[in-house]
Parts: sequence; structure tokens; C-alpha cells
Amino acid sequence: MTEVLMTPTRTKSSLGNAVATALLCVGVYFGLVVTLADQYLHADLSLGLPLAVRTLIAVFGGLIGAIIFLAGDDLGGSLSTVKLLATIAVAFLVLGTYFGLFVAPPEQFMGEVQRIMYVHVPTAWNALLAMTFAFACAIFYLFNGDWKWDALMEGSIEVGVILAFLLCCQGAIWAKPTWGVWWDWDPRLTTTAVLLFAFLGILALRKFVEDPVKRGVWSSVATIIAYADVPIVYFSVRWWNSLHQLQSNPNTVSKPFWIPLRANAFGILLLMTAFILLRARVSKLRLENELAPPPLLEAELGEAV
Amino acid sequence: MLTAALRKEMLLQWRTRAQLMAVFVFGAAALLLFSFAVGPIAEMLRLFSAGFLWLGLLLSSTLTLAESYHAEMENRALEGLLLLPANPRSLYYGKAIANWIQLVILGMALVPVMVILYDAGTTRIFALFVVVALGAAGLSAPGTLYAAMTAQVRSRQTLLPLLLFPLIVPALLASVKATSLIILGDPMGQLKSWISLLIAFDAIYWSLCGLLFGRVVEE
Repeated sequence: MTEVLMTPTRTKSSLGNAVATALLCVGVYFGLVVTLADQYLHADLSLGLPLAVRTLIAVFGGLIGAIIFLAGDDLGGSLSTVKLLATIAVAFLVLGTYFGLFVAPPEQFMGEVQRIMYVHVPTAWNALLAMTFAFACAIFYLFNGDWKWDALMEGSIEVGVILAFLLCCQGAIWAKPTWGVWWDWDPRLTTTAVLLFAFLGILALRKFVEDPVKRGVWSSVATIIAYADVPIVYFSVRWWNSLHQLQSNPNTVSKPFWIPLRANAFGILLLMTAFILLRARVSKLRLENELAPPPLLEAELGEAV
Repeated sequence: MLTAALRKEMLLQWRTRAQLMAVFVFGAAALLLFSFAVGPIAEMLRLFSAGFLWLGLLLSSTLTLAESYHAEMENRALEGLLLLPANPRSLYYGKAIANWIQLVILGMALVPVMVILYDAGTTRIFALFVVVALGAAGLSAPGTLYAAMTAQVRSRQTLLPLLLFPLIVPALLASVKATSLIILGDPMGQLKSWISLLIAFDAIYWSLCGLLFGRVVEE
């Protein structure tokens, strides 16, 4: 069993990491560096690409880069990737926080309150990404039964649940001064809350099932079903009640606001990737322990008796 | 195959009909208790009657759904059923349809209770029946699938609602809204769009859950 769990794919993994790093660098370059240079050095580094193309490259570079990191990891013992990702993530978050709190001007209509958007919007993007990744892991696990996907699924559901919880809290903090109430039945906030409870239920299911195979299959099935619910919940709540402001795009958000938003988006993306990898390692070790528990040491045996 | 599975389920339900009666009493008691949440303000009760009806049905449904695998869990009967040259999908649909029929009966039985307690009468009985049938279908498809999992683990009574409730939010919302429109009047003609939402929800989950059921019961 342990052999199945630890198929060494060192070369494939390092190639994947190289590709992922390259994609992330391209994403950061077009998403952040170009804007920073334009804003503060008045230099045009855009290589002649129009804004829409640059935004697309930034989004997909970051997304696909993170996904390759996650999917390509062999969940081996080495933590160097995780540590590196977390360090870079913290650097981005420090940059984003600095720009968001001290550099970006207060918003014209909403004032200082608007600054929570620099955390809120990136959290929303990444929470959805974590859930989507869990959904993909669930499908892969159902099709090929590789334990790696089970571990990654558990990791991404847990990280996604935490992000969704933070998202609800930030939404409430935003709603109080803006709309005068802590909770507003807006489609996105409500969908996040429903998603949070749905995935908490799946984590509870995982805790209650002892057989690892059943646990993996059942939580995959539950993840697929819960994920299919997201668009239905969104549209039904939207029909039911709507108040939330429209989604923004680079054309409706002025440039000084981009930098903290994007720095935080990359920061949370990398931090999330690192956490999922770390959590998946824990989950894999637990599984190995369940399938083949290490023999008790003599000292422990003495205590147990 | 499907008819055989359905026949088995219906027979089982007929023989345990006392249980359905008990669940109905539970649902009616829930409807009675809900009125204390709002107080004896007749106008408010009438306004919220659809929501109360569906919450009552939802709470009762967790009882019937959780019980629906009772017979399969005894003497490892589920394994026996899977050994038959039958498709697990027909087992699922048999059970889901049986649960659906049970919930429709329960829902229609709770309607008179709602009418009496909350003064929420309507003449559009057929429209109400359609909404109850579609809403119950939305509860029974994922409910039957989740019950297959939770019946096999500890603390099934907690786990089933935990998994089911967040999932059926769209079906609950649409059913409540549609029932409300039937009872309180529908000046904007919105009933159709809620019914189509229910149909879409049912179509998605009846097909998706049928596809995935085989993986849930496999050994």
C-alpha cells in the first residue's frame, strides 16, 4: 500500500514546478509589474499588449501556475516548495497591505471602508478557486482512485472552507457601514454561506467514515454534488433578492486601486497553494498511518501498559 | 428492474405505514410550533405559511429519508441486493421514486394543516400539487443518495441534515416562493419562472445522483 502511495515522480515534479514558476512569473509581470512601472516610473513595460490581453495573461498565468503546482506535487516529504511559496506569498501580502492602507487614495463615495475590498475580492477569487480545485480532485479521484487526489481534495476543501468563512466575515464587515446591516441576502454572499455549510458537511462526513476507500469515494461524490449546486444557488438567490454592487473589471477600477488588489490576489493565491500542499501532506501521512500504523516503541508500550 | 425495485420499496413502505403516520404527526406538530415563533398575528402567519409548510416538510423528510435504508442495513441486505444481476442505478431510482411518493403524500397531508392553522387557503389545488411534487422531488433525489452514505456511518441523524440542508437551498427557496405566490396571489405572473427553476434543479439532481449512486454503494 505504501508503495502505491509514494510513487516517486521526482523529475516530472521538478519539470512541473519549473513550468508553474514560469507561468506565475509571467502572470505577476503582466498583472503587477507593468502596472507598478506605469504608475511610479512612468515606463511602459507592457510589450505593446492591450490591457485586456494583459489581464487575461495575468489571471490565467496565476491560475494555471497554481494548479500545476498543486497537481504536479508528489506530496513527498520535502517542504522546500511550500516554504518558498509561503515566503513569496507573505512578501506579496505585505506589499498589497502597504499599498492598500497607505498608498491607494480613499474611494470617492465609500471612503476608507472601501479598503476592505483589497482583501475581500482576492479572498473571493481564491475561495472559488480552492473549491473548483476540490471539485477537479474529486473527479480525478473517482476516475483513477489515486490517493494523491484524495489528499489534495481534503486539503483544498479545508482551505476553501477557511477562505469562505473569512469571505463571509469580510462581507459582514463591509455590509454594516455600507448598507447598515451585518448580513445582506445578496446572491454572492448567500452563495458563499451555502457553499461554506455544504463543504463543512463534507468535512464532517470525512470525520465520520472510518474506511479510507469509502471516505474518499463518498466525499468525492458529495463534493461533485455540492459544487454543481453553486450556480443554481447563485441564480436562485439572485432572482429572490438582489442588492450587491455589480462586478468590477479593470475598466471600472482606476489604476491606483489595481496594485493592492492584484498584489493581494497573488499573495493569497500562493499562500493558498502552500497551505493546500501542506494540508495534503498531513492528510497523506494520516492515511499511511491508518493503513499501516508504525509499531509501538518499547517505551510507549511500557506507558500504555 | 426499476419496477421490481420500486415494487419492493412500495411494499416495504405499505407495511411500515405506521411510520409515515408518525412522521406526519411530527410535521403537523412542527407546523403548530412554528406559529408560536410569530405569535397569534393572523396576517403574519398567512404571509409566512408557505415557508412554514416547507420547513415542516423538510424536517419531516430527514426522518423518512434516514429511515429509508433501514431494511438494507439489517443482515447486510444491501450487499445481497448488489449481488443480484441488477443495475445499482435501478435500485437508486426505485428508492428515490418511493421516497418521492412518500414525501408528496406527506406534503399534501400537511397542506390542510397549514390551511387551518394559518388561514392560508387557495383554490388552485392543482398548481399547489405540482409545486409540492416538484419540491419533494428536489428533496428526495439528493436525499436518497446522501441517506445511502449516512445510513452506514455513526451519528446518521446529524450527518444527513448537515449534508442535505445546504444543498437543497435552491429547491427550498423556489418551492417556498411558488407556494407563497399560489396562496397570496401572483400579480406579476412569476410562478412559472420558479416552477422552471424547480424543474431545472430536479433534472440536474435526478440525473447526477443516479450517475453517482453506483460509486456510493460499491464495495
